Amino acid sequence: MSLLEVKRVSRFFGGITAVKDVSFDITKGEILGLIGPNGAGKTTVFNVVNGFYPPSRGEVFFKGEQISGLKPHQICQRGLARTFQVVKPLQRMSVLDNVVASAFLRARDRKEADAIAAEVLNFTSLDEDRNVISKGLPLGKRKRLEIARALATRPDLLLLDESFAGLNPSELDESIQIIRNIKKKGITIMIIEHHMKVIMSISDRIVVLNYGEKIAEGSPLEIGRNPLVVEAYLGEAQSA
Amino acid sequence: MKKHITYIVLGLLALVPLLGLSSYMMHILILVIMWSVIGMAWNLLSGYCGQVSFGHAAFFGVGAYTAGMLYSKLGISGWWGFPASVVVVAVFALGIGYICLRLRGPYFALATLAMGVIFRIVAENLVGVTGGDLGIMLRERTWIDKTWYFYIILLVAAVTYYLVRKIIESKLGYYFVAIREDQDAAESLGINTTKYKTIALILSAVITGFAGVFYTNYMGYIDPKVVFALHDISIITIMVVMVGGVATYWGPVVGAIIMVLLAEIIRSIPKLGTAHHTLFGVLLIVIIIFLPNGIVGDFSKLKRLFGMRSPAP
Amino acid sequence: MTAIQTEVLLQTLISGVLLGGLYALIALGMTIIMGVMKIINLAHGELMMVGMYIAFVLFSWLHIDPYLSVFIAAPFLFLLGIGLQKYLINPVMKVDSILPENQVILTVGIGMVLANLATIIFQSDYRQTPVSYGTKAWYLRDYWKDSPVDISLSMPWTVSFTMALLITAGLWFFLTKTDMGKSIRATAQDLDAALLMGVNVERMRVVTFGLGSALVGAAGCLFIPIYYIYPDIGGQFTLISFVITILGGLGSTVGAIIGGLILGLFESLTATYVGMGWAPVGRFVIFVAALIFIPGGVASLLRSRKFGK
Repeated sequence: MSLLEVKRVSRFFGGITAVKDVSFDITKGEILGLIGPNGAGKTTVFNVVNGFYPPSRGEVFFKGEQISGLKPHQICQRGLARTFQVVKPLQRMSVLDNVVASAFLRARDRKEADAIAAEVLNFTSLDEDRNVISKGLPLGKRKRLEIARALATRPDLLLLDESFAGLNPSELDESIQIIRNIKKKGITIMIIEHHMKVIMSISDRIVVLNYGEKIAEGSPLEIGRNPLVVEAYLGEAQSA
Repeated sequence: MKKHITYIVLGLLALVPLLGLSSYMMHILILVIMWSVIGMAWNLLSGYCGQVSFGHAAFFGVGAYTAGMLYSKLGISGWWGFPASVVVVAVFALGIGYICLRLRGPYFALATLAMGVIFRIVAENLVGVTGGDLGIMLRERTWIDKTWYFYIILLVAAVTYYLVRKIIESKLGYYFVAIREDQDAAESLGINTTKYKTIALILSAVITGFAGVFYTNYMGYIDPKVVFALHDISIITIMVVMVGGVATYWGPVVGAIIMVLLAEIIRSIPKLGTAHHTLFGVLLIVIIIFLPNGIVGDFSKLKRLFGMRSPAP
Repeated sequence: MTAIQTEVLLQTLISGVLLGGLYALIALGMTIIMGVMKIINLAHGELMMVGMYIAFVLFSWLHIDPYLSVFIAAPFLFLLGIGLQKYLINPVMKVDSILPENQVILTVGIGMVLANLATIIFQSDYRQTPVSYGTKAWYLRDYWKDSPVDISLSMPWTVSFTMALLITAGLWFFLTKTDMGKSIRATAQDLDAALLMGVNVERMRVVTFGLGSALVGAAGCLFIPIYYIYPDIGGQFTLISFVITILGGLGSTVGAIIGGLILGLFESLTATYVGMGWAPVGRFVIFVAALIFIPGGVASLLRSRKFGK
């Protein structure tokens, strides 16, 4: 069964079309990669799915229920969490408090929230930094804190927006391992990523956007061979 | 020792009336405690939850008028204002929240400022209800002596302090700070930001309203210009917390001590009296530039500053 | 409707438009500061008060007409604005603090100091400048004998309104035709893009704050012949400009002009038909209504019309 269904979603800003008539499904348990050149509308898709923007047209279903039109916090309560491309840590709170704050969504009391936070911090190897004020964290760890915070809300579907950008090779390996472990826990993942090697290696399926439209969908192998995709990326490389 | 500091301070304060201080000294102490209450209330909404209010006079005034009108309209004791104001102030806060909380940051601040002014103008013009500019006078005061007033406001302050601490250490507190730090992130982590901002506003408003109820009963006279004052209530509230320390437990208390004493000192020097807003304004500017987190919040910075001058031990 | 009723209504509408034009000028100063710096200047009305006292002093000591004082008060306030921005507001923008509203609170402090200094210098008395043309007016019947209604047009109001229009036109020219004006607009629209284009953003902020102050200072001079002054007058104009900017759309110049006119008309109508004391309440009724029903202000309505599907 599809966990998430995006049905013919369009999103306009003023006169600009950021996303046009995009449809795709996510099956429970898979990792779906969302790729495309800069400005292709990837983050807008996230923002529509997560509820920051209502879709101008089309609908989004999660676990069979329509969620388009709901507020982000309602969508999160239904089990859909996200990270941000530009990290948004709660700056003046410690790493632990950041995670505790999101753990309260499911926890009944402080004790339970602490327990969830401890487990998540352990899972994302942020244990040692638990008392660091998150503003002082290096970028790599801030990206991981985003993931930890999202996990603390106990999601069924996790949207990761460029969680690998700007990481050094060892951090990269660590993060890939974390993503794989998340999948093992049975959490479905949709991921936006620029790092082609990473996306090709971890995704079960890939959706490609260009100029707000879906131009391809398939397994990493199929996508790698798709002439439209190659052209979209070459086009970007040439104009850059 | 440090764990029990709150109880020690409270215990010592409870003994103060036994010292036989002059009526004036008791008055100053009562004012300090009352402003601590207002400061703690403002801190809850603005310091922790990040929704800076420039209109707390609205809540103070509604509290004060609830007490005053129970007396003038129903002929019952103004002290009934305490239970009554919970409902009245909460209702007004809900209305203000509905209108203002859709704005963010400085726009919210200014919208609350406008609300404070609206309340004053309405109170001035609805002569039939509020008595207009003439205000409300309590013909008989409950006590001549200040001791009981002192204990009542001390109790309100102690309860407020306890409440703020409990809230900040609980889920509510985490949610408040999360909203202050990043509203979008908070929303996407499942926090109903509108709901929790409204809760912060109502809590803050009701506590401020309590201070207003106390003020009516203590002073025995209110009018719209006094209790809905922009500078002398709303702005002083902000200053109390800014000077003392935003988002700290003791900041409002420290700020209240400084602001009340400063106001009294300035008032007692005849030539300086007219310039008290200038001095307050300069103090505000200096604090914002040099100690943006207040005396308690930037205490380490202060220590360093003075530590450099004192000889090393 | 009887002739008298029509007359009252027309007269009310005319005063509303005249008042609105002046309001628009005050709000323009606030709105460009808001657009470029993303802060609300709560000392805005106090800066206007400074402009008013400059005109007052020049009139009472040197008998300079308030309309000429515009050319003295505006440059003076430009410099004052630059000084405030450079030495007080800008440093605070760089300081890290828990509440980002620190800058707004800072402007409250500035406003308090300005208002209080005015009280110390001029006492808190209400003052006026008794200009010779203060009560002069033109009457419709003087020009058209058989007019069914008689309408008057106060001379100082009309002159103030006309000058406000000229200043607004000058501002429009500056913002759209000059390089610096274009840079200011670019900064307001997209800070990052402006930085990339090589706009000296810091300098634009300083200039904008000066410009906003100069505009409201000029407005102060225009208000002098038709109004009275006292040191605490500023607060009410700060609020008026804020209400207009909310009504017009935050940071929108066209919105500020339309918002000013709407507010002027509305206040004038409330004063005539509800009562003088309620005019300020009418102001806030508009404010609340704007917040609830047109959250983006008039500007957002204009935009959706233009790009609407």
